[in-house]
Amino acid sequence: MIVTGLKHEPMLCTLAAPKGHPITNQLLSELFLLLTAQILPQPSDPELTNGTLVDGSSPASASSTSALLSRLQVEENSEADAAELYASTETRDLFVTVDDPKKHVSTMETYITYRVSTKTTRIEFDLPEYCVRRRYQDFDWLRVKLEETQPTNLIPPLPEKFVMKGVVDRFSEEFVETRMKALDKFLKRVADHPVLSFNPHLNAFLTAKDLNKRQGLALLTKMGESVKHVAGGYKLRARPPEFNAMGEYLDTFSQKLGTIDRIAQRILREQSEYLTELREYASVYSSWAGSEDELQRPLEGVAGCVTTCCGALEDLSENMSQDFLPVLREYVLYTETMKNVLRKRDQSQAEYEGRLEAAVLRRQEDRTPMPLEVEKCQDKMECFNADLKADWERWQCNKRQDFKQLLIGMADKNINYYEKCQTAWESLVTVLQEKQTEDKTSETN
Amino acid sequence: MMAENGKDEAAASDGESADGSASLTVERRDSNLLRRMEICVAEAEKRSGKNAISMQETFTVYLIETRPADAAAEGRVQPPESVWRRYSEFELLRAYLILTYPFYVVPPLPEKRAEFVWHKLSADNMDPDFVERRRIGLENFLLHVASHPGLSNDKILSHFLTEENCWKEAVYETGFQDKADSRMRAFGATFRVRSPQKCFIDMKQYSEELQCHTSQLLRARARVADRVYAVYKVHGNYGRVFSEWSGVEKVMGDGLQSAGHHMDSYAASIEEILEEEEHYADQLKEYLCYAEALRAVCRKHELTQFELETASQDLISKKQQRDELATGMVRTFSFKGVTNKLFGQEAPEQREARLSMLDELIADAEDSVRAKAAECEEHVQKAWADILRFKEEKDKDLREALLNYAAIQINMCKKGIQVWSNTRESFQKM
Repeated sequence: MIVTGLKHEPMLCTLAAPKGHPITNQLLSELFLLLTAQILPQPSDPELTNGTLVDGSSPASASSTSALLSRLQVEENSEADAAELYASTETRDLFVTVDDPKKHVSTMETYITYRVSTKTTRIEFDLPEYCVRRRYQDFDWLRVKLEETQPTNLIPPLPEKFVMKGVVDRFSEEFVETRMKALDKFLKRVADHPVLSFNPHLNAFLTAKDLNKRQGLALLTKMGESVKHVAGGYKLRARPPEFNAMGEYLDTFSQKLGTIDRIAQRILREQSEYLTELREYASVYSSWAGSEDELQRPLEGVAGCVTTCCGALEDLSENMSQDFLPVLREYVLYTETMKNVLRKRDQSQAEYEGRLEAAVLRRQEDRTPMPLEVEKCQDKMECFNADLKADWERWQCNKRQDFKQLLIGMADKNINYYEKCQTAWESLVTVLQEKQTEDKTSETN
Repeated sequence: MMAENGKDEAAASDGESADGSASLTVERRDSNLLRRMEICVAEAEKRSGKNAISMQETFTVYLIETRPADAAAEGRVQPPESVWRRYSEFELLRAYLILTYPFYVVPPLPEKRAEFVWHKLSADNMDPDFVERRRIGLENFLLHVASHPGLSNDKILSHFLTEENCWKEAVYETGFQDKADSRMRAFGATFRVRSPQKCFIDMKQYSEELQCHTSQLLRARARVADRVYAVYKVHGNYGRVFSEWSGVEKVMGDGLQSAGHHMDSYAASIEEILEEEEHYADQLKEYLCYAEALRAVCRKHELTQFELETASQDLISKKQQRDELATGMVRTFSFKGVTNKLFGQEAPEQREARLSMLDELIADAEDSVRAKAAECEEHVQKAWADILRFKEEKDKDLREALLNYAAIQINMCKKGIQVWSNTRESFQKM
């Protein structure tokens, strides 16, 4: 493990691991320990035997280790550090965050703006910190600009632009929250991209007081991403097999995502019906309790338990619809974008092959040398292929991390639900059993 | 009278009544059949035979095994006596007990047909799970009856338990059907009785509420079962899609595959859980049935009280008639009075004849009143004692049932945590 670029501000330290080495809790915690210059006991870990810089143990620092680690644990789950998961193996010196949504009401329209904060050490930026307010339109502008200027790269997706008025409340807390998270993710992905993050439009987006956009952009259609208009299927000599495999993978993957989305929605529906019946069930116990004397407390107890379970179920369902589904849907968009990039690559290959064929024919006729433009085309295609392969790897890596996090989150929420229910029922059992022993002792008296 | 105002409830709760019939109760305890005999319903078997209308039918018979209790105590290994009975015979036994002991809350039988069914559960009486639960229910019935101080000494009951032959004939020979109160009479009594004991009226009210609540609960529980079943089963789809997805993933494949398996087992786990819950539902059904029995006892009180009132009223009016005839004073309207006025008084011999006839009738009426009063009193005494016994048992049983239900829920939660933890582990490996 190499530690480079240590600054006086611990937050901006960078971290590079050997290629292919995942950024683990272990590595992050090691880093923090180094920064605070404590000599702390290290658990033996075969992964890290080369390059561990600390040894020996100091009992006094044991408590601060756990404090550090626990702080780390908490921070690990926050949005800001979710970006760590997307970090490629290169150094990171640009940090962006989207938060603080605010509603703006003007005579013409009402809209939401978000605060975009930037921290960076790059020389391309004049200042180390920036703070601007942007609205969805601005993000859309950025995305279009990126696509125009970096056609060979995979641009991350934005959340859906248009929402049906009357169906979805554009200003509801939930909607704004979900959208904001997606915008944050978009921007972080761009900032982490080794090529995209140096794009001057991104710079402008992050720093300019007022984005100087061309008016025409506001009138872009829903399919404004020009990429989407690329028609399917170009006539190719032979698509290299790795790109074929990518295409096939994406087809299967997006299909499976769609299925998972449907299943998750179905589960939500069933859970909602279950919740309705559970509430009714609790109230029956309650009303029965009203006509009993000895059994009143036990019956009320059961009613209370069932109600607690209702609350836990509600939380579970809410979590699934707020956290799980949006991420899933975003990946569907992401996959579509990737497919389009593949199509564009095909286009560039077709163009090259076309020109090559024409040039070969002409060469046969009049012996002119291979024109420069054919070579340029070939270069262009090969560049495209290389970029795409690099992006693909990055995308796969991010996808794995994202889904791991997503699915583990789903499992955690379910475990949490059952734990809450179990606690409620167990405490009822103690109450009921207490009563039993109470009665038994009074019987023998 | 011990049950006059119900406040003796507390005093009588340990089986003693306020007017000192404690010795009777103690005696009853000792004559508890269950102390002398072990009873169980061991097996169920399918049989075929011709029914009452000569049609071939398949039915289930249950094996009742009995063994003297002291045999086990003395260490003797004695083969049990065994008797095969079908459900309809149990029904007959219960009908006999109800009519013969109208002052006892007779324990219930398990349901004849599966009711409060949620969609997965079959309503088929031949379904092995249903048969098993019925076997348990029949055993509970016998155990309750055999431990009931009033019912356990019945001869027909012992015959039922120990000898297969001629039982049906013996039951009918008792002529118990004749004791059945006509529906109309019973129904009328509810409205026309003047002074039934308040405690019985209150208890009847309670029995109706108990019926209402238990049936509401059973319905609600069945609906909940339906829903939770659906939730679990839909998760099975995750199993399939994770499996398919794992096929195209290099790194994530193993984790997804094993996660899929866990989702499959999660979906499958609900069947066992809900089958366990059926036992809880059976306990509730028992008390639904008990509520009906309780109500019947209260209504019997209304009937006996009403009959007593009717008999008393009849005696009073006959006495009045006699008085009028003897004194010649007409206080009440009668045709005789009218005809006397119109056609003149009757001859002294006729009057004498009628007087003595009336005297006879009055004597009969007095006997009748005495008999009815005794019947009413007996019913009140025995019924109230049994009602208190029932109440205690109900509180105990239902609390146990609720504990049982909580245990089932805890088990369900533990299983859920287990499966999702395993799934989480699989996701970690992705």
